[in-house]
Amino acid sequence: MRDVAVVGIGVGDFGELWEKSLRTIWAESALAALSDAGVDSVDLITIGCMSPGLFVGQEHLASLLADELGMAGVPASRVESACASGGLALRTGFAEIASGLSDTVLVTGVEKMTDVDGADATYALGSAADQEWEGFHGITFPGLYAMLARAHMEKYGTTAEQMAAVAVKNHANGLLNPHAQYHLKVTVEDVLESTMVADPLHLFDCSPVTDGAAAVVLTTVERAKALADDRPVVTITGSGLATDTIALANREDLTELAAVRLAAERAYEMAGRKPEDLHVVEVHDCFTIAEIMATEAIGLFDPGYGASAVDDGLTSLSGKIPVNPSGGLKSKGHPVGATGVAQVAEIVAQLRGEAEQRQVEGATVGLAQNMGGSGGTSTVHILEVMA
Amino acid sequence: MISPGRSWREFPQRYRLEAAKCTECEKVLYPPRVACPKCGGTTFEDITLPREGKVVTFTIVRVPPAGFTEQTPLPIAIVELIDGVRIMVQVGDLADPSELEIGMPVRLEFRRISSDGEAGLIFYGHKAVRG
Repeated sequence: MRDVAVVGIGVGDFGELWEKSLRTIWAESALAALSDAGVDSVDLITIGCMSPGLFVGQEHLASLLADELGMAGVPASRVESACASGGLALRTGFAEIASGLSDTVLVTGVEKMTDVDGADATYALGSAADQEWEGFHGITFPGLYAMLARAHMEKYGTTAEQMAAVAVKNHANGLLNPHAQYHLKVTVEDVLESTMVADPLHLFDCSPVTDGAAAVVLTTVERAKALADDRPVVTITGSGLATDTIALANREDLTELAAVRLAAERAYEMAGRKPEDLHVVEVHDCFTIAEIMATEAIGLFDPGYGASAVDDGLTSLSGKIPVNPSGGLKSKGHPVGATGVAQVAEIVAQLRGEAEQRQVEGATVGLAQNMGGSGGTSTVHILEVMA
Repeated sequence: MISPGRSWREFPQRYRLEAAKCTECEKVLYPPRVACPKCGGTTFEDITLPREGKVVTFTIVRVPPAGFTEQTPLPIAIVELIDGVRIMVQVGDLADPSELEIGMPVRLEFRRISSDGEAGLIFYGHKAVRG
C-alpha cells in the first residue's frame, strides 16, 4: 500500500443556507479544498451524500457535481452509508491512492437538508434505520439513541446531567468555530429544561438539521511534500470501516457501539497506534449519548466511564484528550453526508496548527470517527503529522 | 409511506408472528431470512413467536413521525421474548407512560399500529401490554 496524505481542506459555513443549493455549497467547499491544496485537477471525485433523492429530489450526483466544477469527464462516484457517507467517501479515496489506482482524489461530503420540512427530514433520516422492523412502529432516530441511552444508564448509572455536559462542552467549542451552525452558550439547565424529544433525550441532546458541505484533497506523500511549502504534511495512517446489525433488537449488547469498536481496532492496527497516542479526537455526537458511547468504543475510556470523563473535563478543549474541538455535530451542525469529511478537515486543521482559537496545542496525532444509523456503520481514520 | 404490496408481504410476521428456527443451530429469526446469521444454515422450521417477554430498553417518543401524531406520547420498547428473541414494539394500555421500566413483564397483543398511509391502508401488528 502507498502512503496517503491530505493536502487540502475546504469547509464552508454550516447552517440553514436557504439561498444556496446543494450544488453550490458542494462546489464552494470543493474549490476551497483544491485551492488550499494548490491542485487544479484530480483523478477521481468521491461524494458522500446520504439521501439527495429524499432531501432535494436529485440523484446522480457524480455527474451533476463533476459537471458543476467544470470537471465533466473526470471519474466520480457517490457513496452512501447514511450519516457515515462522508467517512466512507474518505475511505474510498484513501483506498484509491493506497492501491495506486489514483494519484490525487477530491473527497467530498454534502447534504442539503432544509429544502424539506421537519416531517420529511425526519422521514429521510429514518430511512437509515430498519424501516420494516423499526420504523414501522413509529420509532425515530432520537428514539433509537434514547433506547441506547436508557440501556447505558441502567448498566453504568449514566445520568441525564452527564449527557447534558456533552452538549455544554461542544457548544462551548462551537463558539470558537466560525463555520458552526450555532454560536450559543448552553448550560446543563438549558439542556434539561429543553423539550423532551424521546425520553431521556431532550432537544439539546440532539444535533440539528443542517445544510453543509466539506472537502479534502488526498494525494501521495511524494506529491504532498512537493505541495507542502512550509506546512506540515498530514498523512492518513489508519483507516477502519465496520458494520453492525442495523436493527437494535438484533444486538446482544445495547451498551456498546460494536461497529465503532471494530473500526477503531482496525484503524489502530493499520497505524500502529493506541488510544493513548491521540492528541485530538472528533467523534460522531449526533446525540450526546453517542459521544459518550463512541469515546468508550474507540478506547479513550473504559466502558461505563465515557460519561464521567466529560464531567471531569477530560474531553474539554484544555483537557487530557480534547473531543470535538470543532463543536461536534451538536454545535457545528450535522449535514449528514458532509459530517465525516468535515471531521477529517478539522483534524487536519488541528494537526497543521491552523485551528485558531480552538487549537489543541502541539497536536500531532488525531482521530476522526463517523457513524451511520444507530451505529450500523462506522468509519475511523487516524491522521498524523509526518515526521 | 408503506405500499400495499409491502404491507401484504409482511402480513405473516405482523399478523401471526411467524418466525423461522434454524435447523442447524436453533437460532430463531424474526423475520425469517435466507441464511442464518449465526451459523449460515439455510434450512428452517416454521415457528410462531411466544407472546410473553420483558422490556430490555425503551423510550417515549414525544416528537413522532408522520402517521403517529395521534398516539403521542408513544412508548416503544425492545422486548426480549421468553425464547430469547428480541423485537421492537410499541407499548400499549399504559395509564401513564412513566410506568414503563426495564425488566417490566409484557405480553404481545394484536393491535392497530398506525393510521392510514398514503395508499389508504391501516397497518396492524403486535403491541406489548403489561404482562
